[in-house]
Amino acid sequence: MLQIESRAFAREHDLFACVQCGKCTGGCPMTLKTKLNPRSLILRILTAGNGFDLEPFEELWDCTTCSTCTTRCPKNVSPMEAIIGMRSAIVEKGKIHPNVKTALESTFRQGNPLTMPRDQRGAWAADLALKPMAEGVEYFYYVGCTPSYDPRGQKVARSLVKILQKAGVDFGILGNEENCCGSEVRRLGEAGLFEMMSEENTETYKSLGVSKMFTTSPHCYNVYRNDYPKNGMQVQHYTQLLAGLVEGKKLELTGKLEKTITYHDPCYLGKHNSVFDEPRAVLAAIPGAKLVEMDRSREKSLCCEGGGGRMWLEGTNPGTRLAQMRVKEALETGAEVLATACPFCLLTLEEAVKHLNADDRLKVMDVAELVAEVL
Amino acid sequence: MAFFPRVGVYVCHCGINIAATVDVRAVREYAATLPGVVVAREYTYMCSDPGQALIQNDVRELNLNRVVVASCSPRMHEPTFRATVSEVGLNPYCFEMANIREQCAWVHPAGDLTTQKAMQLVASAVAKARLLQPLEQRQASVTPSALVIGGGMAGMQAALDIADAGFEVTLVERTGQLGGHVAHLHRTFPTLEPTADLVGALAQRVGDHPRIRLLTQAEVTGVGGFVGNFVVTVRQGEQQLEVPTGTIIVATGFQPFDARRKPEYGYGVYPQVITTVDFERMANAGEIRVNGHEPRKVVFIHCVGSRDQAVGNAYCSRVCCMVAAKQASLVRERLPQAEVTAFYMDVRAFGKGFEEFYDRVRQSGVIYRRGNPSEIIRRGENVVVRAEDTLLGQPVEIEADLVVLAVGMTPNAGTEAIASLLKLSRSSDGFFMEAHPKLRPVETSMAGIFLAGTCQGPKDIPESIAQARAAAAAAMIPLMRGTVPVEAATSSVDEELCAGCGQCASICTFGALNLHPVRGVMTVNAVLCQGCGACATACPSGAINVKHFTFDQVMAQIDVVEDFGVPPIPHREAEAQVVEA
Repeated sequence: MLQIESRAFAREHDLFACVQCGKCTGGCPMTLKTKLNPRSLILRILTAGNGFDLEPFEELWDCTTCSTCTTRCPKNVSPMEAIIGMRSAIVEKGKIHPNVKTALESTFRQGNPLTMPRDQRGAWAADLALKPMAEGVEYFYYVGCTPSYDPRGQKVARSLVKILQKAGVDFGILGNEENCCGSEVRRLGEAGLFEMMSEENTETYKSLGVSKMFTTSPHCYNVYRNDYPKNGMQVQHYTQLLAGLVEGKKLELTGKLEKTITYHDPCYLGKHNSVFDEPRAVLAAIPGAKLVEMDRSREKSLCCEGGGGRMWLEGTNPGTRLAQMRVKEALETGAEVLATACPFCLLTLEEAVKHLNADDRLKVMDVAELVAEVL
Repeated sequence: MAFFPRVGVYVCHCGINIAATVDVRAVREYAATLPGVVVAREYTYMCSDPGQALIQNDVRELNLNRVVVASCSPRMHEPTFRATVSEVGLNPYCFEMANIREQCAWVHPAGDLTTQKAMQLVASAVAKARLLQPLEQRQASVTPSALVIGGGMAGMQAALDIADAGFEVTLVERTGQLGGHVAHLHRTFPTLEPTADLVGALAQRVGDHPRIRLLTQAEVTGVGGFVGNFVVTVRQGEQQLEVPTGTIIVATGFQPFDARRKPEYGYGVYPQVITTVDFERMANAGEIRVNGHEPRKVVFIHCVGSRDQAVGNAYCSRVCCMVAAKQASLVRERLPQAEVTAFYMDVRAFGKGFEEFYDRVRQSGVIYRRGNPSEIIRRGENVVVRAEDTLLGQPVEIEADLVVLAVGMTPNAGTEAIASLLKLSRSSDGFFMEAHPKLRPVETSMAGIFLAGTCQGPKDIPESIAQARAAAAAAMIPLMRGTVPVEAATSSVDEELCAGCGQCASICTFGALNLHPVRGVMTVNAVLCQGCGACATACPSGAINVKHFTFDQVMAQIDVVEDFGVPPIPHREAEAQVVEA
């Protein structure tokens, strides 16, 4: 039994506002392949009296927190936040999947969910001689866990550094002192650990006099922008920073890349934060590049299934991955490059390309990598 | 002979609205001790007939010459009590109100401090009452004509009724054509009547009417004056017209919700996705076709841009359920091979004959599925509507070669401009706000300006016509009476003090102050003056007083408040308020 106090829960998440229209479930990318049904979950909680047992609802872990349900809800309910809330109740009772446990423990001990040692976090930049973040440095570059440790992610971070150096942007990093932002911890339902991390990080950034920062990952960008206590720091996703540099003619792209590119909107950049135009503006500035759109783009972008802690969880139906559906959609456009701007999307989409044996037709690349090629 | 004020004070319980928070008895006992007070009473509802009779008896028996009621906001009941006292021979301006409900009982927690504040408000009102002066209520003559803004169904009907009653009407229409949106519709629900007949009949009568002056391709650009004597500036091409008018009816209509604001439906991207507005045009043109083909699988989506806080439209647009039903039945009738599905959240078939029509539409073979579709995506030549059938509890994907979005009504683009020109309020939904949701549904808070049709909120044709006729009747009251009462609480200039500097005139928005050419002092046009008091504060020599709000009266109120010295009282926690039934 995993009882929650359903009435208090419904009030906390404003579930009484729900009109049971099903817009959440109809648009959810997971509902066609798993039992997940946000609308019916809400009705069950509303009608459960004062106690609701979460035990049978293993599909709560299928949610990718892509926010489709939440952005479209006509009554401003957030089924996504309700699901995160239900996960919290489960995590609090300690009934968690071993993989989640490992990721959470690693975040607590090593400052990253990837079970990597804390003192190796800055290794990716060892040869780059980057400024350490300190008072007076204009921007704080928050690198993030995957771009710090994952070899594929590191390529993105290094590309970004190369671009920013050419544009003469004054920025610093924290290296081994950088800590996980806690985004995935929060989406996995570990509210307590997240709160601790957000306080700790905010203190650190304050003590370093951070006023402007940018991130590699949309997930980190989102958590700083929307989940951290308001602290007056201006946070941007790196594509926003680059779009500003391109527009202000501070970044001239002189090379050439004669490729057809289609852009996949990461959920945490697009649906969560309505950043649709900046990444496209950056791609459009690449000389020779031709942009084509997939049918599902911008607000309709199909989730790659990498969010909400799903990098560490199979979910109840490992069958066809959303990333594979997404790659097929990209192939239909005839594009040679599937561009994205999120380390999770990069990994899931690249794996899907391999799975579909499409390596020879489609290359998955981060926007930063593409720009770095034409500097 | 010296004047001795004899004041009666009446403290209202307002049911429990005041009595639950304020110790009414203590307030009454306190009021009885105030200088000039002859009698103080309390009652459950002062505004009720027995409550008013209490006041009238005292005026007669105790020879009261000033009356104070401590109850609610004067906005609602000042006119009530002014009438009460004038019925027994007191001048209405010898009445004063203390608002111990909105300004006290509703906003503070129950307790001694709150009761003390109520006492303070009463003392202040009594202090003013002692100094009140009777004022003469005058009448102004009325320009016996009306001006209607908007030539849709509502505007045309309102203009016709007023003109038929014998008054001149100016009808101002922004486009070159009468009939508004209805002119572009195919048929009406639930009777399936061709709309061309409806619009044509009205438009012809308007065009032929000897007392209607029709100005098309014309816009209202300015409004001056007040009820009975407005002057409306109308621009028609190069021409600028000044139209004097007694009353104004606003019938500026709606505009359909822009379906592009729901990007998940791909309107403007997929040729297969159209709106109910597009469908009407297509049906008018004679053929239902998409990409040159007759559609075989048609899906209707209800509530597009309505009941949707994601786009800021919380309201129901009231017509779309029936519009979709009508169009679905037309598809079934003209293309019997086509499968027709309608996705709905709730079907609202509340009007006369609507439910019966909905029954017939279902029987014609239209499948109603409960669910608010989440998105439309492309699949091959067709599109796919993704939704949950909430009754089956299953996500579904329905292939379609035609999707019709039942778009709701939104305030017309010009609503904001008209609102600021005429100083009208708007409700939170953006439509014009009526003066009272139940009792004054066709009036605005501006005297002499009335609302008709969808500019006030979504409506179907019969409702628009009904409101138009109601607005016409209300707008004719001042025209038929021939005079309107003029506010007596106007400014007056002390000619001894006035230096004629004209600062007051430059601040007055009603143009009520002018320099006297001979005497060299300012004079007030009492008909134009609204008693706002701006001139009194602007006058550097303190020469202007507003009657009923004189410096003496206001200072007396302030002195009492100061002497009292009640410390700040905490505001009540937000909670459901007890409101009058």
